[in-house]
Amino acid sequence: MDWEALLLSIKLSSVTVLILIPLAILAGRFLAYRHFPGKSWVEALVMVPLVLPPTVIGYYLLVGLGSESWLGRMLEQLLGHQLVFHFSGLVVASILVNIPFAIQPIQRAFEAVPEDVRDAAACCGMSRLKVLFKIELPMVWPGVLTAIVLCFSHVLGEFGVVLMMGGNIAGETKTIAISIYDSVQAFDFASAGNMSLVLLLFAVTVLALTTSLSRRVGGQHVANRR
Amino acid sequence: MKLRVMLLALLLPFLAMNKVVLAAQDVPVIAAASSIKFALDDIARQFTQETGRKVRISYGSSGNFVAQIRNGAPFELFLSADERYITQLAKAQQTPDQGVIYAVGQLAIAAPKSSPLPLDANLEGVKQFLDSKQLKRFAIANPEHAPYGERAKEVLQKLGLWQDIQPNLVFGENVSQAAQFAVSGATQGGLVALSLAVAKPFKARANYVVIPQEYYTPLDQRMVLTLKAGETAKLFYTYLQSEAAQSVFADYGFARAMN
Repeated sequence: MDWEALLLSIKLSSVTVLILIPLAILAGRFLAYRHFPGKSWVEALVMVPLVLPPTVIGYYLLVGLGSESWLGRMLEQLLGHQLVFHFSGLVVASILVNIPFAIQPIQRAFEAVPEDVRDAAACCGMSRLKVLFKIELPMVWPGVLTAIVLCFSHVLGEFGVVLMMGGNIAGETKTIAISIYDSVQAFDFASAGNMSLVLLLFAVTVLALTTSLSRRVGGQHVANRR
Repeated sequence: MKLRVMLLALLLPFLAMNKVVLAAQDVPVIAAASSIKFALDDIARQFTQETGRKVRISYGSSGNFVAQIRNGAPFELFLSADERYITQLAKAQQTPDQGVIYAVGQLAIAAPKSSPLPLDANLEGVKQFLDSKQLKRFAIANPEHAPYGERAKEVLQKLGLWQDIQPNLVFGENVSQAAQFAVSGATQGGLVALSLAVAKPFKARANYVVIPQEYYTPLDQRMVLTLKAGETAKLFYTYLQSEAAQSVFADYGFARAMN
């Protein structure tokens, strides 16, 4: 059982969620309410990581952010270290890969907010920010929760991107998924089995908890509306 | 309230992790071909015992490591499965010199103890199984980018099996994965690195026979310090060439390197 890798994965998931979800709330809301030319292209772009193999994203990041590229060199000077083969690089990769999983559920939730509720709030003279926090967020909360869970679990299981641009460095970029892969290759089936079981139990528990939680939250809303 | 508790729960492991990362900072990261895992783990343990210095080893496929080093990976020492990769890096001036050969790899045919496939150095058993259509799946490393896979292909070509065995082949991403296929019963057998076949967890599950070296070009495994190498990495590099380390490599079925 590679605790270091498990902790690293949990850390990566947490950081990704903390950065990505606020951005996804803004982007999801924007996409739900605004109509503009080329919107379907923007939505397609948001969905791209869903269909692109993670190794493709990993390749682009490795080459695009590595020390051979001007962007990589610029960032290296700015940050004092490279993005690739570094934890921060994994954060960037995880955010990119998880954009659709974060934005999609949140956008759908915003779309489901009845227009008259927002109109009423605006008529009452509430500021936009206040409408977001007092009216909209409490209503789209199940969508946000789904996004958090999807992103968190996805990062935990991310493999291809990390393998390509992480470099498999213990304590820095060796995540739980990579550690499982390593153990299997080293014929250490006991360790691979334990870690896989932990991930499996985690996934089932989290999914069960969110389903029940979002049902309860969703139920409240239905009750309120009546 | 729930939101706050959840956020806190998310943050806690983040705070706990920083210590772990910091503690490991003055230890060089070494990239090594997965075929030498068992031998190198032993050698690194000895090195730490004798010098008190630690190294972190990342195992993976040599081709992948080359791409990563060219893009600035922080590896201080690279132990490749094939010298060609090192030559490439040296040409691209990513390393100060051409490095040295640390071991010569050998191939073995291996099969799970339960497999009906007869094992022999000339692959007569494989030929027989192929002719009688009893052969199902046979594992080798991917010849496109894994040195042991390339040599396995050479052996199969040399023995006239390459054409016929195509539909039965399963490719591992590297030789460790091929070996894993070959011992787990996923295939009836495979051509793998001898260094893996002699390792304990492998021996417990599978039988093997060494393939004669005249059937393939020598697998000279070369290592090189990168431009980022620090003191510990340099010491380890020297240690790997010492008699103590070389005899460990020999124990794991590597032939002696003659530089």
